[in-house]
Amino acid sequence: MSVLQFLQEYDTSLLIALAEHVRMIAIALAIATLAGVPLGVWGTRNSRAGGIVLAFANVIQTIPSIALFGLMIPVLALVNRGIGTFPAIIALVLYALLPIVRNTMVSLLGIPHATVDAARGLGMTEGEIFRHVMLPLALPGIVSGIRIAATMSVGVAAVAAFIGAGGMGHFILRGIQTTWPMMTIAGAVGNALLALIVELLLEWVERALTPRGVRIAAERPA
Amino acid sequence: MSTFFAYIADNAGAIGIAIAQHIGIVAAALAVAVPIGIASGIALAHARSRAARTAVFYLLGLGQTIPSLALLALAVGLLGVGLLPAVVALLLYAILPIARNACTGVQAVPEATRDAARGLGMTNMQIIRRVELPLARPFIIAGLRTATVVTISSCALASLIGAGGLGDFIFIGISLFKPEAMFAGAIPTAVLALAADWFLGRWAARGHAVR
Repeated sequence: MSVLQFLQEYDTSLLIALAEHVRMIAIALAIATLAGVPLGVWGTRNSRAGGIVLAFANVIQTIPSIALFGLMIPVLALVNRGIGTFPAIIALVLYALLPIVRNTMVSLLGIPHATVDAARGLGMTEGEIFRHVMLPLALPGIVSGIRIAATMSVGVAAVAAFIGAGGMGHFILRGIQTTWPMMTIAGAVGNALLALIVELLLEWVERALTPRGVRIAAERPA
Repeated sequence: MSTFFAYIADNAGAIGIAIAQHIGIVAAALAVAVPIGIASGIALAHARSRAARTAVFYLLGLGQTIPSLALLALAVGLLGVGLLPAVVALLLYAILPIARNACTGVQAVPEATRDAARGLGMTNMQIIRRVELPLARPFIIAGLRTATVVTISSCALASLIGAGGLGDFIFIGISLFKPEAMFAGAIPTAVLALAADWFLGRWAARGHAVR
């Protein structure tokens, strides 16, 4: 079967797999961002809490994805949601937390004190300083964390096929099980392309969100 | 819990073999990736054109976004199943963090230090070996640390393409719905990764203290 024939025969299922894959990572990233950014902000205010959150996220990161998915099964089986998209999304959120929390903390802590002092000197309240000074300056760094998390999630979500979550990993899995290289390669190439697209897209967002003054300062040769 | 310990007791030998296989695969991949990574990092740090360096790292970075499962699956297409494709896929993955950190480390060596070494009559090779490498050591170890942790955890997927290792137990656990088998594979993998992270972290810190 030629590549073209394969694509014609499986176009619908490839598209469905792609949609499943994108949906999984989109939901997981939304949750991880909504949880991770506030956690990161909290971590900069309270360094002990920050340390604990980072250490926890670090340990999760060392657990192999397939093991984390495997561990989700018996735990979530207690509420009858052991397999499928639900455990996959929870595992993806846990993985995505580290880069988002870490980048939020690093970007906020990297803002020069002088900048914050200047804002205070202008008479800004703490809330205004956070919204108008710290957040815009930290935003590219935070988005960069989301980008790292997103690219990683594309890869981790492929492994989620093993616990019945579907996605591009399903093709890889089926190809390996039926020793049909074409199927495996279709899944792998699709997966790799998706990761590249997500990476490039978010790199662009990151650049677009960088405040102009910061961009000019960064591009000026030191 | 008791089923878990019973399972461990029943399969102690097989788990031991899997741990040894796991360490063997990771060690083989790193044994190739470390020299390649350090050498290319140094070469890139010395590259004349800054644009070329940025371009190479950008391309390597894009390569790194290819998911490990996809890379392992693609390696099967080229190299068949078993140990070889697993080692090759994992070592490709490990090169980037090592190369990037080695390059950063060498670039961080002050130009004055390099000049002083040249003034002492050192050749370029001597400067690399006796000045740049020792000074870049903490950076290189940090890259090795990242690469080791990533390789240990992606190695669990290598079982899927017949390379063995602790992933065998995880996959047995998932297919037979035996949580105890899953734990028997997942816990040692995580412990290996954390232990490697801790040891290399200590090693890097010691390097700092000596200096």
